[in-house]
Amino acid sequence: MADAKVIPFGEEPRARRKSLRAGRAGRGPVLAPVPEARTGPDEPAEPGRPAERPARSLDERIAGGLNFLRRRITGDYEIDDFGYDEELTDQVLMSLLRPLAEKYFRVEVRGIENIPGKGGALIVANHSGTLPLDGLMLQVAVHDNHPAQRHLRLLAADLVFVLPVINELARKAGHTLACAEDAQRLLERGEVVGVMPEGFKGIGKPFADRYKLQRFGRGGFVSTALKAGVPIVPCSIVGAEEIYPMIGNAKTLARVLGIPYFPVTPTFPWLGPLGAVPLPTKWTIQFGEPIATDGYSPEAADDPMLMFNLTDQVRETIQHTLYKLLVQRRSVFF
Amino acid sequence: MKAEGGKEGLILGKVVLVTGAARQLAGRFVRRIQRDPDVDRVIGVDAVPPEHHLGGAEFLKADIRHPTIARVLAETGVDTVVHMDINGTPLGSRGGRAVVKETNVIGTMQLLGACQKAPNVQRLVVKSSTSVYGSAPRDPAVFTETTPPKSLPGGGFAKDAVEVEGYVRGFARRRPDVAVCVLRFANILGPCADSPLAEYFSLPVLPTVLGYDPRLQFVHEDDAIEVLRIAASAPRRGTLNSGTFNIAGDGVLLLSQTSRRLGRPTLPLFLPTVMWAGTALRAIGISDFSPEQIRMLTHGRVVQTTQMRETLGFQPQYTTAETFAEFAGSRGPGLLPPESLARTVDRLAAVLPARAARPSEEFTHDGGRQGHSLR
Repeated sequence: MADAKVIPFGEEPRARRKSLRAGRAGRGPVLAPVPEARTGPDEPAEPGRPAERPARSLDERIAGGLNFLRRRITGDYEIDDFGYDEELTDQVLMSLLRPLAEKYFRVEVRGIENIPGKGGALIVANHSGTLPLDGLMLQVAVHDNHPAQRHLRLLAADLVFVLPVINELARKAGHTLACAEDAQRLLERGEVVGVMPEGFKGIGKPFADRYKLQRFGRGGFVSTALKAGVPIVPCSIVGAEEIYPMIGNAKTLARVLGIPYFPVTPTFPWLGPLGAVPLPTKWTIQFGEPIATDGYSPEAADDPMLMFNLTDQVRETIQHTLYKLLVQRRSVFF
Repeated sequence: MKAEGGKEGLILGKVVLVTGAARQLAGRFVRRIQRDPDVDRVIGVDAVPPEHHLGGAEFLKADIRHPTIARVLAETGVDTVVHMDINGTPLGSRGGRAVVKETNVIGTMQLLGACQKAPNVQRLVVKSSTSVYGSAPRDPAVFTETTPPKSLPGGGFAKDAVEVEGYVRGFARRRPDVAVCVLRFANILGPCADSPLAEYFSLPVLPTVLGYDPRLQFVHEDDAIEVLRIAASAPRRGTLNSGTFNIAGDGVLLLSQTSRRLGRPTLPLFLPTVMWAGTALRAIGISDFSPEQIRMLTHGRVVQTTQMRETLGFQPQYTTAETFAEFAGSRGPGLLPPESLARTVDRLAAVLPARAARPSEEFTHDGGRQGHSLR
């Protein structure tokens, strides 16, 4: 647990944590841990996925590592149009997030079979937790639990692509801007795309409103899925709401810093960087029955009533599943 | 006006006028189109005589900013105009940014005005740039020809290109009988590229913006010439060569990848520092790095090329990576040549007990971290 706790500082607090702390605590502590987490001592790769990796000899691992190193330093690897670096994501970024998902939040994944084995799909999830850790955990969950090890391509808020370092990591991890053009292009290429239509309204809502779904934007995700003819997979994430219980919002400070909200939790900002350690809640990610969209005619994407109905259907499904999961949950932490 | 060489004779086939012929790329295009069997006569135009030969094509010393260009069009009976005199940097030491801007914008206006009055003109090809899309973090990852940019370029060459395209659209409305083709080129690279980006990649250490790794696309010079030729000739069966097309090689390279492939280390700087350094270097005339290029090297730019493939019917010969490899080969080794780095790793592998250099699909996490630390 002790080393797992270090991870959230170093890696992938994709959008806001950095900006928040950059504003408060200066740049030093924000940027410093990133290289530290990555360049850390070359301890054997045990923290990775001991269960899935057959025992490989040290020699083989060194050989593999040197091959990887060789490709990286000579620039001999491929990225796609969106800047997604599959090799880096699989070998480095995922390995850094995995302990957080497996050991810290102990993510339990249900209904993974609802994500198709191939072809495009749009996963629509609720958004919560002050910092978008839920998106990252979702990405790990889909990749590690799906039999085809599908890569989730998340659609992220524009703030992510404005911030230095974070935009670079987000692009390399396969995320792109949440806009219809990018989403449609990815879906048409047959990728699994993840979207959290609540956006800042969801992630930045006060603790008292936990598990109450906010408005689902303008339902643009439905028309994008319809145009691409891919199924919509509703996804409910339980556990992310309690990682940073947001009891207050320093709105003036947020406006000064140019961010949508400035969270005040029982520990943040009072304890400084320590306050940014998420609470070790127990997570459940449930994928619901896919909603097929290929039965509609091409003009249906321009029918506002149908869009509202489908949006509501997806929203209701996620909300009901959330309530069901909450009833089943024994405790926030176990 | 003086004619250099050239064939006097009957005007049977096409007569092509190429502006900006004193530039390398336009010079190559003139030589290429001169060999085209359908083309009867090629006239290169520029304000200064070219240093390279034009392969027997005529050269007329005429400044497109002046109305003389109308006389050239009228007297020579030009039917195809290839407007390539839209550039980001001055040629040699010919004035500064003001002159370039005037040539780009006023030159285009004059040329289009002349074309409008010339009944013979059937076809207009304009060499534009993907910089019309700007570079902003809030833009979609991939631009199509119809994507409106979130932030219009505020100045520099990109703004010129936007204005030029505006005038070209106006011309297309006024002369619907003329086939107008606007080609938006990504960064053109090649063995003899002389663009600011080529200059940048020739620096021993590449300054980059800390925390950003832009996606870049390149077009090979050969492909640029070929697509200009396609646009300047009659459309082939099943294709349409009027309209606006993005031209770029397949695939994308990150700036970090390009620096590693070149073997030139990067020097990450804070964005304000880069802006300030760019201004300082421009002021003392060492570099032509404009703020808009710094933006491109911060946020990157990728365009969709489906239209180029499907409508224009052009398949580039070189991918982005191949273009860059050829360019890197022509530049000489950097401080950290990738070959010697690879050799070092191999030697390290040989020292280790397991003969480790054999290719393997699996890697370890510690290897990954090493790789990253050396970025």
